[in-house]
Amino acid sequence: MVLAAIPLAVLGIFFLYPVGGMVARGFWTDGSFAPGAVFEMLARPRTHRVLWFTLWSAGLATALTVVLGVPVAYVLHRLDFPGRGVLRALVVIPFVLPTVVVGVAFRQLIAPSGPLAPLHLDGTAAAIIAALVFFNVSVVVRTVGAFWEGIDRRQEEAAAALGASPLQVFRTVTLPALLPGIVSAASVVFLFCSTAFGVVLIMGGLRYSNVETEIYLLTTQELDLPSAAALSVLQVLVITVLLLTSARTRRDPTPITRVVGVARKPRTRDLPLLGWTTAVVVFLLAPLATLLSASLRDGSGWGLGNYRALNTTGSRNALLVPATEALGNSLEIAAVATLIAMVLGTTVAYLVSRRPRGTTSRRLVGTFDGIFMLPLGVSAVTLGFGFLITLDHPPVDLRTSPLLIPIAQAMVALPLVVRTVAPVLRSIDERQRQAAASLGAGPLRVLLAVDLPVSWRSLLAATGFAFAVSLGEFGATSFLARDDNPTLPVVIYRLIGHAGGQNFGMAMAASVVLAGATALVMFAVERLRINSVGTF
Amino acid sequence: MAAALEVRDLTVRYGDTIAVDDVTFDVPSGAVLAVLGPSGCGKSTLLRAVAGLEAPASGSMSYAGRSLAGVPTHKRGFALLFQDGQLFAHQSVARNIGYPLRLRHVDQLQIAAKTGELLELVGLPGYADRMPTTLSGGERQRVALARALAVEPRLLLLDEPLSALDRGLREHLAAELHDILRTAGTTALLVTHDHDEAFAVADRMAVMRDGRLVQEGTLDEVWQHPVDAWTASFLGYATVLSGEPARRLQQAAGTDWPAVALRRSAIRVDPAGKLQARVVSARETPEQIRLELDVEDIGRLEGVADPGTAVPVGARLTVAIDTRRMAPLLKPS
Repeated sequence: MVLAAIPLAVLGIFFLYPVGGMVARGFWTDGSFAPGAVFEMLARPRTHRVLWFTLWSAGLATALTVVLGVPVAYVLHRLDFPGRGVLRALVVIPFVLPTVVVGVAFRQLIAPSGPLAPLHLDGTAAAIIAALVFFNVSVVVRTVGAFWEGIDRRQEEAAAALGASPLQVFRTVTLPALLPGIVSAASVVFLFCSTAFGVVLIMGGLRYSNVETEIYLLTTQELDLPSAAALSVLQVLVITVLLLTSARTRRDPTPITRVVGVARKPRTRDLPLLGWTTAVVVFLLAPLATLLSASLRDGSGWGLGNYRALNTTGSRNALLVPATEALGNSLEIAAVATLIAMVLGTTVAYLVSRRPRGTTSRRLVGTFDGIFMLPLGVSAVTLGFGFLITLDHPPVDLRTSPLLIPIAQAMVALPLVVRTVAPVLRSIDERQRQAAASLGAGPLRVLLAVDLPVSWRSLLAATGFAFAVSLGEFGATSFLARDDNPTLPVVIYRLIGHAGGQNFGMAMAASVVLAGATALVMFAVERLRINSVGTF
Repeated sequence: MAAALEVRDLTVRYGDTIAVDDVTFDVPSGAVLAVLGPSGCGKSTLLRAVAGLEAPASGSMSYAGRSLAGVPTHKRGFALLFQDGQLFAHQSVARNIGYPLRLRHVDQLQIAAKTGELLELVGLPGYADRMPTTLSGGERQRVALARALAVEPRLLLLDEPLSALDRGLREHLAAELHDILRTAGTTALLVTHDHDEAFAVADRMAVMRDGRLVQEGTLDEVWQHPVDAWTASFLGYATVLSGEPARRLQQAAGTDWPAVALRRSAIRVDPAGKLQARVVSARETPEQIRLELDVEDIGRLEGVADPGTAVPVGARLTVAIDTRRMAPLLKPS
């Protein structure tokens, strides 16, 4: 109980309070309840356009992500071939890449000077959707892959022996078993797509805006706080409903029945799927390769000039501090954010992995679990904006605190930590703990003797995951970072905004550095072979 | 009886390891052959190869004279029953049993009728609408058997079908399985590590060791003439004697084999016996007292005494030999 109070208090102060403050701002003007602005806002044609775009772009991107990801999940989780580990890590990298970097990379890919220029995708919705798919393929691959690994191959073999053709086996045995995973992944992907910020902001330009970027524009450009708050309220409502629905269908792939070593060597009939996977990998690599090559374009030739320029403030002083200093900031902030997210996340994971006997307490654990998933759904922009308007005056005044940004990032990373660690803790047979206790181990010794040996790798993986996500966090940070003390993603966004001179090249170089850092972390994480990383 | 399944010189490899090594055997039509061997001997791989789930490295298989080479699993017309049934958790009992029939587009009424008939056969009438998770292990196995029999498979493949069940249920189901297979006239190949299971269900037996078949024949042939000491002990014989001790023992028994395998109950405490022995240890079970004996001129042997007999450790007593519970080895090495 006491243990539950700490994360709840932190979540209350640093998540519910800011978001609540943001919501209140929409309904109360000058201390009186005036919901009129909200309804006026909802009636605007522009609002309808934004909502419609948010829905259809997220829906289409989700469908494409599932179609693209499911075959890859099979190849990376059911087949065994050299290089599989590298591919698995590669697929996760886009998910943790800073949204700004992805936006820049895609723009570079389809720009009039880019390799895909003939497709005329620059500034189109198709480009935005491609970028959304790029981000989220890993969610489908990892989540569905985990379910796929949980299917006993003999179940499919029994069906085949009873006369089911490979297609019939897939339709009647495999697909029903995968379905919860697909539904769960799809709802999370839809969530991410409908709350996407960085990519839409960078690639949408003036033509395409979703709810998220609209909140940002209303706040920062038009200073129309009631309208922004109204949109936030709408978003919070829709997303809460979505999260509740997905929580109902979600079910961890049962770890007890997991069969070890189900992966087998590829056969001839796997060739089409291997080809499909190769195509997806190319799709994932293309923007990154473009980014790399653009970062090495130095004036007229090739060189490291853009990288060297990172210790300057850019052409026409686009920045107040050199980009290298921003990188230092980013690493420092991400480290603190990771620490906060890990302490809170591990506590929450420990609590939600208990399986109490009573119905009431079980429901309590379920609710507790759900509450800590909320930051997954509430947009980072809403969070950042909420921080801005609620934590700048007593009772909680953090305006000048160096912890402001780390706390915001920790809130974003928190659900991912819980999702990574909780399934591992949950897979521990309660009888192991009982056995240790009966041998005379106190609660702490049980934790050290039973829980820790099983879960330390997942803790390490969650640490890396949280660090990578914090490093690239842009939505909330863009509200909170001051120009004299920015993070690297903020610097990249500024550099793109200040065209001219070497600024664009510097943005590319900074993006490569950021992508490289997150990629390194994720390769290390992948080596830990924790299946719950990036599954939902 | 004509051979239904013919396996010739079959070898299956996993990378560098040879799981099945040059195996040849037949399953006659309507017969049940048990392949008996310890875990890791390759018997499950053999079964999977017959099912078409593993590609053989060499050798051939045919059914009713037609080669099985290149025939995919789902076109072999076999059925496979795993240790844990592998029922489809998302389908009711009736839908599980009807599954192979639906694959073959059998009409709904016929499926319902057949399902009812099969539930009757496996002793689970009234279970049609239950979900697999609500069934006990034994019930699941019966449903899996009904599902496997639904399409009257040309060959039923059973992979340790009863091993996951507890002892009492296992013995009971083994007897039932025997009767059900005979009633349905099913040709079957069973692999198991449990000789009791093999005896209860099969009518022919093949013993497998390290990927090779070391002996094959009817139950009696194998049982009464185990090929070597390893096979004898795997079949549950307590002691194997050869050379001088074997000769001395058989002087008392009246036989003359170069090597002999003894069940524990072949040596029994009996005042009318011909051999002198000293009790080394004694362990009481509900049906008998199990003894370790030091038999004069022969050495250590296992034996039994009736419950209630006084057999203190160190006591000297007389034991008799029951020749019906001993067997010659075919290949005394």
